Amino acid sequence: MIKKILINDASEAFCKKVNELSGETVSRCDQCGTCTGSCPMIIEMDITPSQMMRLVLLGDESVMETKTIWICASCYSCTARCPRGLDASKVAEALRQIKLRQAIDYMHMEDMDPEELKKFPQMVLVAAYRKLTG
Amino acid sequence: MRIGVYICHCGGNIADVVDVKKICETVQQQDDIIFTKDLEHTCSEEGQQTIVNDIKENNLDRVVIAACSPLFHEKTFMKLLEKAGLNPYMFEMANIREQCSWCHPSKGNATRKAEDLVNMAVKKSKFDKPLQKTSMTIGKRVLVVGGGIAGIQASLDLGDSGFEVFMVEKEPSIGGKMAKLSKTFPTEDCATCIIGPKLTDVATHPNIHLYTYTEIKDIQGFLGNFTVTLRKKARHVIQEKCVSCGICAEKCPTKVPDEFNEGLSERKAIYIHSPIAVPRKYIIDEENCRQLNGQRCGICEKVCVQGAIDYLQPDEEEVLKIDTIIIATGYDTFQPELKAVYGYGKFENVITALQLERIIATGSSGPPLRPLGNRIAFIQCVGSRDEQAGHEHCSRICCMYATKLAQLVKRINPNREVYIFYTDLRAYGKGFEEYYKRAQNAGIKFIRGRTAEILEDPKTKKLFMRVEDTLSRQMIEGEFDVVVLSNGLMPAKGTDPVANLLKLVKSPDGFLQEAHPKFRPVDTLVDGVFIAGCAQGPKDIPDTVSQASAAAARAIRLMNKGQYDIEPITAFIDPDLCDGCEKCIPACPIKAIQMIDGKAFVQGALCKGCGLCCAYCPKEAIDLAYYTKNQIMGEIELALSSKKPDETRILIFADNTCAYRLADNVGTARLSYPHETRVIRLPSCSRITPSMMLYAFAKGADGLFFGECDHKASPYTGASEAIQRNIRIAHSIMEPIGVDGNRIYFAELLASLLTDYYKAITNLIKIAKKEARPLTDEIRQQLLSSSKQVLSEEKEVIR
Ligand SMILES: Cc1cc2nc3c(=O)[nH]c(=O)nc-3n(C[C@H](O)[C@H](O)[C@H](O)COP(=O)(O)OP(=O)(O)OC[C@H]3O[C@@H](n4cnc5c(N)ncnc54)[C@H](O)[C@@H]3O)c2cc1C
Ligand code: SF4
Ligand code: SF4
Repeated sequence: MIKKILINDASEAFCKKVNELSGETVSRCDQCGTCTGSCPMIIEMDITPSQMMRLVLLGDESVMETKTIWICASCYSCTARCPRGLDASKVAEALRQIKLRQAIDYMHMEDMDPEELKKFPQMVLVAAYRKLTG
Repeated sequence: MRIGVYICHCGGNIADVVDVKKICETVQQQDDIIFTKDLEHTCSEEGQQTIVNDIKENNLDRVVIAACSPLFHEKTFMKLLEKAGLNPYMFEMANIREQCSWCHPSKGNATRKAEDLVNMAVKKSKFDKPLQKTSMTIGKRVLVVGGGIAGIQASLDLGDSGFEVFMVEKEPSIGGKMAKLSKTFPTEDCATCIIGPKLTDVATHPNIHLYTYTEIKDIQGFLGNFTVTLRKKARHVIQEKCVSCGICAEKCPTKVPDEFNEGLSERKAIYIHSPIAVPRKYIIDEENCRQLNGQRCGICEKVCVQGAIDYLQPDEEEVLKIDTIIIATGYDTFQPELKAVYGYGKFENVITALQLERIIATGSSGPPLRPLGNRIAFIQCVGSRDEQAGHEHCSRICCMYATKLAQLVKRINPNREVYIFYTDLRAYGKGFEEYYKRAQNAGIKFIRGRTAEILEDPKTKKLFMRVEDTLSRQMIEGEFDVVVLSNGLMPAKGTDPVANLLKLVKSPDGFLQEAHPKFRPVDTLVDGVFIAGCAQGPKDIPDTVSQASAAAARAIRLMNKGQYDIEPITAFIDPDLCDGCEKCIPACPIKAIQMIDGKAFVQGALCKGCGLCCAYCPKEAIDLAYYTKNQIMGEIELALSSKKPDETRILIFADNTCAYRLADNVGTARLSYPHETRVIRLPSCSRITPSMMLYAFAKGADGLFFGECDHKASPYTGASEAIQRNIRIAHSIMEPIGVDGNRIYFAELLASLLTDYYKAITNLIKIAKKEARPLTDEIRQQLLSSSKQVLSEEKEVIR
């Protein structure tokens, strides 16, 4: 299925917001693919970092539903190599922030078995809360 | 006749393979040879001195040198002859190095071939006649057609160098397209500010005569001797009286769309071309003026206190004597209506890039010519790179002007979102990539995809587009307030009348063709006529200006000395044989033949010396100097006279520009190829008539090879077509007699295609030896008699 992306006030506002949050200007991206070629996590991703940059430019909010933005390990390999000096990991971070600020909780402490909880290392819980709650 | 023959050893380059002494002996046996000498290095100081002394002491009237390729040393030796007091054309060379010792390792075969080559050269020399380079005087008067930035730059350069310039512009003002632009990429100089002073410079230059609102009616003659007739269109305002007060236009009741503002505003029927018009004088537009179209008006005449209006003013003609011509007729932008899917003319919010230039240019000094809205899209390659629209070429500058315009509209209102839909983004020039990056930084969104269609919402007048982003492979849909069409640059209609008068050639894209794409980029094939700017192809202002200065320099090169030489190798007509049938007139691709008193006459100053016309004359009245019929027939005869009964022999006719050079290059690369070949060098193979082909077979040739320059690199127009026509005629006669058509091979060649040459020759030999029906003595006999009849028969065969 081919996806349709609408260019309208909302899509432009989304692109602007990502630019503001990340401090990057995604329209600078040349779509050269150096970031993708540098990314150590690429096998685990569903879209490439350069695709992510593109979807942000087009203002396609579905980019926030991709695995990619969560799999980005913020290792900055792409940042180190981008010929345009862009920071794709900051863009991923901005997208995570937007998602997180939507304040949707996917995990509820009260539903969990307290015995189970005790088995997890503290780090795991902190990470899970950061990722899955708003 | 007193012929001196020299055979060169070229160190061992020749003598190691070719038995030089033996050749000296055999050649000596030909008539009229005073001596045959072998020299170690003919081109050395010592060798040259020997020749000069020999010429003087023995009173030689012809010299034949068998050595390296004539492409290498012909000029050296011709100068030597002149030094010794002999006409340089009383000279022939036999190429026994590149085309013999270097490519045929067998000593026996190489020596036999060398012998033939020397004999051929001796034979040819016997028909040599002294030819004089004629000197023509030339003045310093240049016609510049077109007053855009190209014409302006060329005129100023020429004027400053002391040449007299006649600049002709068909519009009421000079300036061309550049005068309409807002700013110029990539530096964003204000276009009006930088072109304005140049316009004034032209108008006030003591060496430039400016003719605006003037057309070229006729051009006759040639380099140093053009007669140009101008038609100065009536302006109906006496220029000397008009003080440009503008009261007339204020009162004129007739409104028409203003061309300078690309139809976005209106002007009156009496108007001034633009705010920066030069000359700054009013003019009445004949087509729209009420008074001039039979309606009663006469208002401007009443209000003009200067009495400058003259409704009855006629067009005037003026005849100029001109020495060289520069064509700077520019371009037209693609007519956007032709791309109906974009709805230009139908949808009010679809505009052209040139309209946007005007909107921005006028924006600073008044209300905008039209609103632009908040979401703007540019569509690239409109009319360019679109075979549907009939144009394969890239217009080269639209990527950059869109990048410029996008930034300018965004800067006016930073809240605007600007999209550029492109297919490939070309930022090739100095500072262009950096400029493109600046646009990206500014948030201009470049989307790779070509708009298929624009739809309009009839109520809101907003425009709806659907484009694939071919980078993300997603479908984009959006609504835009304004869509700007980046129309391509197309050949100007204004170029045609002048190009037709001068018989200038066009390249497949419809722009004027340069004489050579690498080495003569501003010359045309017509001597003394140069091209500059977009008339030659789409380009930006810096390239246009460079080309204009180049064209001026090339014109100066011809005129500066006050005289120029004409190559004496031209076609000439025997008036006793010419019966005035006029068949040669359309044959000559550059129209160098005229009828004078019922006889054809070749204008030496125009003739390029290709010899194409010779085969078109049914009376054999045309011949080519230095490559006369007798010379070629003589060469053919001697190339074949040594052939043994069981031998195969191929004659190679090679044009001087590519095929002969190719044969040399094969030798230089020491590639060996069959020795059964003998090369005859010509300016162009189109010199070889059908009867010569038949004569060659009659005399013993088993195959004929025609190598002509690839038409794109050839200095001659139409040569390949003419050769094929001649071969068709030969086929039509030889095939019924029993000679297979594939014994004649023709190919367009380039000097670099070494293996092609080898393969083609081997293949032709295979055909001649094995595949074709044998050529019996009887058939050859028949060919000899038919070769004499061909001329009368070929008249009607194929044109
Ligand atoms: C929208 C747009 C934006 C552009 N922006 C830029 C830019 O920012 N920077 C840049 O470098 N370039 C730009 N260009 C390109 C620039 O316009 C050209 O490089 C330049 O104008 C070429 O000059 P020219 O003299 O060859 O042709 P023209 O400007 O077309 O001039 C030709 C002149 O010859 C006249 N003429 C034609 N036929 C005849 C005839 N038979 N007799 C007499 N006169 C005749 C015409 O009336 C015209 O005045 C832009 C072009 C377009 C379309
Ligand atoms: S490396 Fe930089 S410019 Fe290239 S695709 Fe990635 S983000 Fe874009
Ligand atoms: S055809 Fe060639 S040789 Fe003949 S007149 Fe024309 S240019 Fe000269």
